[in-house]
Amino acid sequence: MWLAMAACARAPSTLGSASQPAHQLTVLQWWLIIIALAVVLIIGVLLLIPLRRRIRTVADAPLTSGGTTTPIIIGVVISAAILIFVFIYSAVVLVDDAKPSTVPRLAVKVTGHRWWWEVEYLAADSSNVDQDVMGANEIHIPVGEPVRILGTSADVIHDFWVPQLQGKIDLEPGRTNVFWIRADKPGRYRGQCAEYCGLQHAHMIIWVVAQSRPEFEKWLARERAPAPAPATPLEKEGQQAFLSAPCVLCHTIRGTGAGGVLGPDLTHIGSRLTLGAGTLTNTPGNLAGWIENAQSIKPGVDMPRLDLPPATLHKIIAYLESLN
Amino acid sequence: MATTIVQPGGTPPAITLPVNGRPHHTAGWWGMVLLICTEAALFVFLLFSYFYLDAQNTTWPPPGPPDITLAVINTILLVVSSVPARLGMKSIRRDSRGGLSVCIIVTMLMGIAFLIIEAIEWSQKTFTPQTDAYSSLFFTITGFHYAHVTVGLLMLLVILLRNRAGHFNARRHLAVENTMLYWHFVGVVWLFVFTTFYITPHWWR
Amino acid sequence: MATATIETRLHRLWETPNGLYGFLASTDHKAVGRRYLVTAFVFLAAGGVEAMVMRAQLIKPANHLLSPEAYNQLFTMHGMTMIFWYASPILSGISNYFFPLWIGARDFAFPRLNMFSYWTYLMSGVVLYTGYIAGVAPDRGWFNYTPLAGPLYSPGLNENFYCIALLLLTVSTTVGAINFIVTAFKLRAPGMSVGRMPLALYGTLTASFANVFALPSLSVSLTYLYLEHRFGLHFFDVAAGGRPLLWQHLFWIFAHPWVYIIILPALSFVSMIVPTFSRRPIIGYTWNALGVVATGVLGFGVWVHHMFATGLPPMAMSFFMAGSMAVVLPSAISIFVWLVTIWHGRPVMSTAMLFVFGFIFLFVIGGVDGVFTGSIPADWQVTDTYFVVSHIHYVLIGINVFPILAAFYYWLPKITGRLMSERLGKWNFWVMFIGMNVAFFPMHNLGLLGMPRRIYTYQAGLGWTATNVVVSIGAYVFALGVLLFVLNFFWSLIDGPVAGPNPWDSASLEWATSSPPPPYNFAVIPTVRSRDPLWEERLGLGKRSEVFEGPVISDEEKVTMGTTPLDGMPQQVMRFPEDSVYPFLTALSLAAICYGLILGLWGLALGGAVFAFFFVTGWLWYAPQPVEV
Repeated sequence: MWLAMAACARAPSTLGSASQPAHQLTVLQWWLIIIALAVVLIIGVLLLIPLRRRIRTVADAPLTSGGTTTPIIIGVVISAAILIFVFIYSAVVLVDDAKPSTVPRLAVKVTGHRWWWEVEYLAADSSNVDQDVMGANEIHIPVGEPVRILGTSADVIHDFWVPQLQGKIDLEPGRTNVFWIRADKPGRYRGQCAEYCGLQHAHMIIWVVAQSRPEFEKWLARERAPAPAPATPLEKEGQQAFLSAPCVLCHTIRGTGAGGVLGPDLTHIGSRLTLGAGTLTNTPGNLAGWIENAQSIKPGVDMPRLDLPPATLHKIIAYLESLN
Repeated sequence: MATTIVQPGGTPPAITLPVNGRPHHTAGWWGMVLLICTEAALFVFLLFSYFYLDAQNTTWPPPGPPDITLAVINTILLVVSSVPARLGMKSIRRDSRGGLSVCIIVTMLMGIAFLIIEAIEWSQKTFTPQTDAYSSLFFTITGFHYAHVTVGLLMLLVILLRNRAGHFNARRHLAVENTMLYWHFVGVVWLFVFTTFYITPHWWR
Repeated sequence: MATATIETRLHRLWETPNGLYGFLASTDHKAVGRRYLVTAFVFLAAGGVEAMVMRAQLIKPANHLLSPEAYNQLFTMHGMTMIFWYASPILSGISNYFFPLWIGARDFAFPRLNMFSYWTYLMSGVVLYTGYIAGVAPDRGWFNYTPLAGPLYSPGLNENFYCIALLLLTVSTTVGAINFIVTAFKLRAPGMSVGRMPLALYGTLTASFANVFALPSLSVSLTYLYLEHRFGLHFFDVAAGGRPLLWQHLFWIFAHPWVYIIILPALSFVSMIVPTFSRRPIIGYTWNALGVVATGVLGFGVWVHHMFATGLPPMAMSFFMAGSMAVVLPSAISIFVWLVTIWHGRPVMSTAMLFVFGFIFLFVIGGVDGVFTGSIPADWQVTDTYFVVSHIHYVLIGINVFPILAAFYYWLPKITGRLMSERLGKWNFWVMFIGMNVAFFPMHNLGLLGMPRRIYTYQAGLGWTATNVVVSIGAYVFALGVLLFVLNFFWSLIDGPVAGPNPWDSASLEWATSSPPPPYNFAVIPTVRSRDPLWEERLGLGKRSEVFEGPVISDEEKVTMGTTPLDGMPQQVMRFPEDSVYPFLTALSLAAICYGLILGLWGLALGGAVFAFFFVTGWLWYAPQPVEV
């Protein structure tokens, strides 16, 4: 019953796979679940049957002896057969999962930070990072195509896990783990850091957005462009306020003077789904709260409490929201 | 040297058994053997760390293969120090307490010489424990061994004092057996530490 | 007449004097066992309260009951307390009390070391909880991965407490393990060859060997981490040529055998209880004994299955997948041994047996969900989620707590001399069993739904909320079950029926002496010639063993019979040392060293070391004793 719920809930469920590689894992899991339930059921019944012969106290029946070990041997042989099946099946899935059937055309570098994800798209030849496409906390991918992920970490060990697309893989400092994901249905897939990484491990969420190839190309082109120039006077004042605030120490907005590298790139912040690595949805109100006092929302995060005057804040929000 | 087994009801004793029989029959001897097992495992994991980081790094050891002169002298010292240790045990088996004392003192002197030379070698290193992973491992593992030699020396000191207090004789000298066993172990472990740090970098490069 | 005199004299020889000196100096293994049991139960209660608070935080999404700092310390302390300061010590408690009784001896091979083992255990727990009270408890999880736990990302004393408290515990556990092994090898009653040992010995013995070889790996990793924190050395730091995975290898080389260390003795207790309440000897004794030993050996070859998601080469991981599958088989043997024994016998559903039945059921669940973590691709989905949290609790509660409670209902009458209430016991069982499954079965589902472990809160709308409410309720029901046990225990002390020497009509030697046993355990060292010495006549084997009559070893000295390791042939008379405060003083010095190391008070550490040296020397300073002929 629980398992049935798992399959239909809106959760980032491992049983609700949305891609061929994750689907293989789901099928394996269902096999294991069925075997597990069968074993528990059979042993449970075997345990209950002798209760027919139970006696009330130790004095109620004389001691007996004798008996045969044959059932033990049979039981062990059956267990071994099941385990060998599980081993072979798992090994087959392991081999299958190692490489996608077609060569990925797209590669994305994901770097774990405490507590957000830095996302960089690699140039077409995968040789180096496409400096112009830097994002955070969400990955856009074309639907139906394998995408190579190069995972690493800037500080402690994190773990990249989008259950509906692929199993999890650690992001370790000083090491790049290469794996791949694919989404067979367009949509948004939730992922979350799965390796305990300290204070705000609970708020380190990543979204994978699967789009049709043309939509994806459009998104990529827009991301590659520098930040749009402020269009309204309010946005213009907002840009000035932003550039003279401490924001620039940590954040980059390409096309402006802001070039900090400690925090996420904000060039296209307006188009992002969430703030604070999935802590809040990206609305002007939430953005204002976040800038004013991120510490009250996500205690321990590097973003300091700013306490800007409301007027300044209002301008900065208007500017940032315009950065699509 | 036997105790009577009392039968209830005053019947005559059925068997007599020795009190604390031959050393390797005693609980104390087994205890020392197991202590050595767990200590040996400790060094296995220490050296595992060395070889793991060796395999993971392209330049290893970063300062280049170490000079082996002092280490070779130390190896000879420690291996040879097992000889007086062994002779001491033979002495007490022959009930010669004087012989045991002399042998313990000679073993201790060689052990102390080992510690001094090791300290000189440390002081000559161009790196400190904080330099990098190799230097940390070098000082930690040789430091662990240093501590084991020190403990061995303290054990020797205690049996020296107990010998002078007349605690041992040809039949009762388990503490001597155990201390000497431990001393041999400290020597054997050094051979592995020596091979790891001083021989393999020359071998493999 | 003569016997009575002998018993009086033995009593005078072996009893512990009253007063503080007697308390601190006692070396009686039964006192050690009782203290271990009480202390471990206190830690169980502490870990339980921590769990209750965590479940209150997680009962609803985006809850602000706890700050993330508080939650992270809580789950780390819960894990450390339960895994290190409850699960293994409670087994040591039972084994400490019963080991000499099972083998027909008067005490452990090293009685002073035995008490030292307890004192260091107590001190290590005190050291750990000092950190908690001071607000600097470890907060990086019980497996404490670097670099998160390293000096850069964990400044402060928290990690010093983690390293040093655990190091002190490894001292306690190592000397305890050596004591178990030597006692089992040298002190068994005459005639108790390895093929006649009570099965309980196999579990404790295997676990002790695993301790001897696995604990050094933990000691090494803790030393490295401590040196990084206090002295700026590098072992796990990539920039200096170290590797974070070195910590994981060293930790899991230790910690996977540790899982078996905290379940094998419990399994072997069950192998003692099942025959008694099936009214027949166990079927498949040899299978069971070898299976336990095989688990202990194979347990050293599966550590990488905790690291399947770290990106190691698939080929290398496959070996460990095969090992993880293979290690299931010996456990399957144990289950079938118990099943066949119950089938061929007449089960008596006492509370102890009820806990055994519950245990077998939970063991099977904890076994089959463990297969998920052993299969590499399946593990990629379930590791580090609530699925694994569920698995670890089915293992630790199902295979440790339930057998321990079965053992309590079975053996506490031997310790206290009084029976516990069977009626309350059945309530106790059902409340715990239901609470356990309501709390932990749905956690599997949370894991499959993508909920990672170690998050202090979660968002609404992910399908996790309702299940978390159920889990929290289950946890509180389970806690209620533990309270019922405590209630039953105190009721039995006050008003329980007198147990008599052998209330369950069991077969093994501990039931051949009074309840509670006299300080010297057995007036007569039994001679054993079958696996079931107290049953052999009724099993039609004829009377072979001599349990109540036979030779008394000297009533003038504290001695027991020393026998050969394999055949149990009489070899020598072993002397026991007198009571001594040195073990306590040595443990106290070690605690001083620990505080010195944690706080960087080098004078304190050095002073502790000097004192420790003198106390150990005093401890070992035996003048030759006159030997009567």
